[in-house]
Amino acid sequence: MSGKVLMKGNEAFAEAAIRSGCRYYFGYPITPQNEITEYMSRELPKVGGSFVQAESEIAAINMAYGCAVAGGKVFISSSSPGIALMQEGFSFLCSTEIPLVILNVSRGGPGVGSIQPGQADYYQATRGGGNGDYHLLVFAPSSIQEAVDLMPQAFQIAQEYRNPVMLLADGMLGQMMEPVVLFEPIPADRGEDIPGIKPWALTGTGEKRPHNVIKSLYLKPEELEVRILERHRKYEKAKKELVRYETVGLEDAEAVMVAYGSTARIAEEAIEILAEEGIKAGLIRPISLWPYPYEAFDSIPDSVKAVVSVELSMGQMLDDVKIGCRGRFPVSLSGRAGGILITPREIASNVRKALGVER
Amino acid sequence: MKTVFEFTRGMLPEETTYCPGCTHGIAHRLIMEVLEEKGLLGETIGVAPIGCSILAHQYMNIDMCESAHGRAPAVATGIRRAQPDKIVFTYQGDGDLASIGTGEIVHAACRGEQFTTFFINNAIYGMTGGQMAPTSLPGQKTTTTAEGRNTEVSGNPIRMAELIATLSGAVFVERVSLDSPANVRKAKIAVRKAIEVQQKRLGFSFVEILSTCPTNWGCNPVKALEWLRENMIPYYPLGNLKCPEEVK
Repeated sequence: MSGKVLMKGNEAFAEAAIRSGCRYYFGYPITPQNEITEYMSRELPKVGGSFVQAESEIAAINMAYGCAVAGGKVFISSSSPGIALMQEGFSFLCSTEIPLVILNVSRGGPGVGSIQPGQADYYQATRGGGNGDYHLLVFAPSSIQEAVDLMPQAFQIAQEYRNPVMLLADGMLGQMMEPVVLFEPIPADRGEDIPGIKPWALTGTGEKRPHNVIKSLYLKPEELEVRILERHRKYEKAKKELVRYETVGLEDAEAVMVAYGSTARIAEEAIEILAEEGIKAGLIRPISLWPYPYEAFDSIPDSVKAVVSVELSMGQMLDDVKIGCRGRFPVSLSGRAGGILITPREIASNVRKALGVER
Repeated sequence: MKTVFEFTRGMLPEETTYCPGCTHGIAHRLIMEVLEEKGLLGETIGVAPIGCSILAHQYMNIDMCESAHGRAPAVATGIRRAQPDKIVFTYQGDGDLASIGTGEIVHAACRGEQFTTFFINNAIYGMTGGQMAPTSLPGQKTTTTAEGRNTEVSGNPIRMAELIATLSGAVFVERVSLDSPANVRKAKIAVRKAIEVQQKRLGFSFVEILSTCPTNWGCNPVKALEWLRENMIPYYPLGNLKCPEEVK
């Protein structure tokens, strides 16, 4: 294991992808994730990989699809409006069951919005911005270290599930610097090993096997339904295997906050502020956003008087928090929008309001 | 007994979904024959995007994938990175390549991507039922131009081969037609040269193939061939626009 290094989030994400064995990246410039694209353009050729600056995010996701269809281990990144343009591709990759790792360094929206950190892509990530019955498998790191550690797992899950995996970060994680320990590089797949690892991949028949076909169109409804049901079983399996979360101090809490990504770290500071005032607050930090850790809410004791969803949005994860609470507790929002980071004091104030003790 | 003709192994023994008189079948066969003659059937990966020919993989006996509408050149760009030693091609219609996918085809050509695009130009949207294509001729009647294409409203048809030929990354550009046996033979030579350009990794190669759509043109297969000859060829002149010395 290498020692601790100080790295900017975006560069650490890119390095982690390369160390995960990724050798292909397709990107289009968009703030606040440009360091990833620049890093890949510089570093991938050094390890025998390929970088292409695409003419648009639409082209980038389709290049990624083509490369992954042909057996490549592919990573792409963008930020909110660019991710919006890629949605057709995400739907297509889910329908054709092609592995891919996607990073969204999200910013304020809607529209062009701002280039400051945001969490208003929650619906887009977990509900699917593309058409049809499909899901991305979505994980939200709250530190650069966690993002780095999630990266090889994301590639492994994408390959095992044959489904795109999204890491949902935000502009703060992308732009800040933190000490990080990088894992030892995982060897890249050798070209001659691809047909064995991915027998479905388009590698040329060599006239030795029937041709491989990757298809999304099913003109017969009965055939399409069979495919959708197959994928649905996969998603049910994901709900059993991929749920991840952390909890802090739920046992004797009066109020519970729910927060993901860098916002969870701000919420942890709010716990300390509230504790000084004699208010015990707990935290649920979902790491997997799809599948969502609804079961975490079952461990909230009945004595809790309020649950507060803390988000950099006008309340998107709020829906999942309500589902998780199943009507057991009043649920409210502590949110900022437009690219403004919420402060620990604002969160603490919102928790006090939810408890009815705000002076 | 000496075998004088065999159906190419590049085509699977399937009945196609194409309409009677549609020239997709001829175009498919020419490409597959060239690949078989060059011993490349096992080394080739094809991309078929939205359009009637999205189902080309049912007939072409090579590794293939479907692609979203217009995106095949981006998909082929990605395939080329993961499979640098293979032959890669896209097979795209006019709505796909010259309308929704103009960005992808122009930039793939600009980068000089090492793959071949076969562009089927039949001057209409076939799969969706006969709407105006970017290549529909002035005055041509379609389901969205019932009175004929009005160039005041819709502009003039795009000549894609000429447009692509302006890009230095595109090193082989030719327009051919499938309206007569003589032209079919010329088309096959162009397909062969385009594949040779790719084998030699000289740059991007592009073959525009003027084709028929009797169903949506509202005529029988023979009339369709005549219509192509009399109306399309004058607007879309046949011939080679660019050819590297190495394959002349």
